[in-house]
Amino acid sequence: MSHLSRYRWRIAGLAGVAAVSLLASACGGSGGGTSTGASGTGAATGKDPQAFTVLSNAENTTVPGELHKLAAGACSAENKALPLQVDTVPQASLDQKLQLLAGQGALPAMFAAGNAPATTKTLAQAGDLVDLKSALTRLGVINDVQPAAISTIDALYGGFTVLPTEYNIEGIFYNKQVFAQHGITVPQTWDELVADAAKFQQAGIQPFSASGQQGWPITRLISGYLYRDLGPNALAPVAGGTAKLTDPDYVKAAQAVAQLGAKGYFGKGVGSIDYDTSINTFLTGKAAMLYMGSWVLANVSDPKADTIGAANVGFMPFPSVAGGKGNAEQYPSNVGLPFTIGSKTFGPKVSAWVKCIVANYGTGVLKDYGTTSGFTSTPPAGQSALATTIQSTINNAKQNVLWFEAEFSTKATTVSQQDAAPLVSGSMSPSSFMSAVQAAQNG
Amino acid sequence: MDRVLGDKRAIMALVGPALLVYTAVMLIPVLWSAGYSLSTGNAISGIHFTGFANIRHLFTDPDVRSALWFTVRYAVVLTAGQVLAGYLLALLYVFVLKRASGLIRTLIFFPVVLPTVAVALLFQQMFEVAPVTGPVNSLLNAVGIGAVDWFGTPGRAFWVIIIMDIWRSMGFYGVLLFAGLVEIPDEIIESARLEGASGWRLVRHIVLPLSFPVLLSSIIFSINGTLKVFDSILALTNGGPGNATTPLTLYMFQTSFSYGEYGYGAAIALLLTVICLAVTVGLFRWSRVDDTAEV
Repeated sequence: MSHLSRYRWRIAGLAGVAAVSLLASACGGSGGGTSTGASGTGAATGKDPQAFTVLSNAENTTVPGELHKLAAGACSAENKALPLQVDTVPQASLDQKLQLLAGQGALPAMFAAGNAPATTKTLAQAGDLVDLKSALTRLGVINDVQPAAISTIDALYGGFTVLPTEYNIEGIFYNKQVFAQHGITVPQTWDELVADAAKFQQAGIQPFSASGQQGWPITRLISGYLYRDLGPNALAPVAGGTAKLTDPDYVKAAQAVAQLGAKGYFGKGVGSIDYDTSINTFLTGKAAMLYMGSWVLANVSDPKADTIGAANVGFMPFPSVAGGKGNAEQYPSNVGLPFTIGSKTFGPKVSAWVKCIVANYGTGVLKDYGTTSGFTSTPPAGQSALATTIQSTINNAKQNVLWFEAEFSTKATTVSQQDAAPLVSGSMSPSSFMSAVQAAQNG
Repeated sequence: MDRVLGDKRAIMALVGPALLVYTAVMLIPVLWSAGYSLSTGNAISGIHFTGFANIRHLFTDPDVRSALWFTVRYAVVLTAGQVLAGYLLALLYVFVLKRASGLIRTLIFFPVVLPTVAVALLFQQMFEVAPVTGPVNSLLNAVGIGAVDWFGTPGRAFWVIIIMDIWRSMGFYGVLLFAGLVEIPDEIIESARLEGASGWRLVRHIVLPLSFPVLLSSIIFSINGTLKVFDSILALTNGGPGNATTPLTLYMFQTSFSYGEYGYGAAIALLLTVICLAVTVGLFRWSRVDDTAEV
């Protein structure tokens, strides 16, 4: 072997060792996953940060806004001890940001939970979140959270790990004036809903406003149909693996919603319609109906956004399906994109903040923004009839159901929501849609 | 000079710093990423070694197949489109506009300096169907054709992306190829003209062979850029409708950062690297074979 060859072999050997050690270090890196935090027990054993750091999704202006109001009012003593500091991140980048912060052990004191419950569950398993049941019991404010909200959170997150800064029910908001003008009454069944939509379409009024860009306002119609047709546990067998979305009963629901799209009931270019546009279309009287959650009350009560007037907006439950096992008293409910508390920073001052928020947030956000939360609240004077209706519906709801992707993986959630527009625009068949979501769920 | 280049210490002093920087910012991240492709998990749940499971999954994942097919179609069509448009522009600059081409070159080059997101927003508005009818659909309406939902079907969305990217990049390829064409000696062009070559024959037998090296560089440049497309598609269609316009890069991004599967995301990155490397090596070999044939 020549001198040059030996030299090359030596270099190659060194490079090989370096590569193997790099691979080993890359594969052996634990990230933040092995951190145990403050064991997530709910005890204030964390270390208070320099400020009461809050990470919110940028689209949410309600929670940061109400926290600032609390800091200046009911929680001013807590704010003096630990000043409020709010940072924001676009919701689409939230999960990525949380993963990076968790990996670095740098989660803030309070932060928006991940887009899919799976992210929050992973954080809880890693001990990065406070067990709120024991923490709020210890702080003496557990009774300031509505039991229905805790029950919804338990079902979604496998434990009480998030604060219900929102508590919503979902249904169909409709334009009372347009309904009356065309002699249409609130539909009780899916068939009546479809027949009414045809009448609106014929009269030149877009029947439904929906954001295909977001996707979920469309997939909510599929789950609504499924819950009415197959009963309130319609999606549990899918999550449990004993049924598949490709089974005929499930494809039938996608078919029903796809037909609405095929008839043009969602208007032109539904895939390009973003969330704000879909709300504006309804609140400016260009569409007769809007499937949405009760968080839209904030828009309805804003006279600049709502040109049809809050008095003209009605709320109806998702109609029943002929021969179905579900009924219109079962409302889809959720806690929106809730906030959670990091265990590592859960010290005495952060505990004081959490106690103050739980005790005062509900009444404050209802008064300041007109939105309902999962905390107990006192209705403000002069509350709109619509808000009162929704509040009483929440209080009287006999059974709550979840939404289409609630128990799906992050990937299945993304696939479902991005394929919703192709489903109603006809470029994807109902069976292909369900197959794609099922395949993503299978992993 | 030979004495300097024969001295190992001199070589180390000259090459060492650049090699160190290259190793730090290029080789280590690449190897690190390759290491991740043999793992599963994320920053929250921790990273665990899984052997070649991610690599095997690449061959059975239908989403990889569809993203790869889109990437290849996009790379081939866009490379052909932007290099051809650039070459035609270069011919226009050299043989038609000649010394007066400065202003036109600047105007056509202008989209290259615009931010990709701004261009994507512009095209979204241009091809919009609702809530406002964009200029393209207004034009269609004016000639009696109904408005088209350009982003609602995979085929149409693909062509909007292609049109946007050709418009955005043809100015760059025009200038690149222009630099190659002006290097062709005037005497050769004159001689060919005296021999009776003009128009297409002049381009086919004189200009094209003499500008082949710069044309090849453009093709390599283009194919590598288009295989790694990310920002323009993310901003224009976000991979939709459904996942019909999702290239491998976007799928890799979603897998890593939306689904939290860093290991599988790294495996997709590895696949993309191998494809880019194979295409570049293939093109180089093909060009060498061609040179030998001419000799």
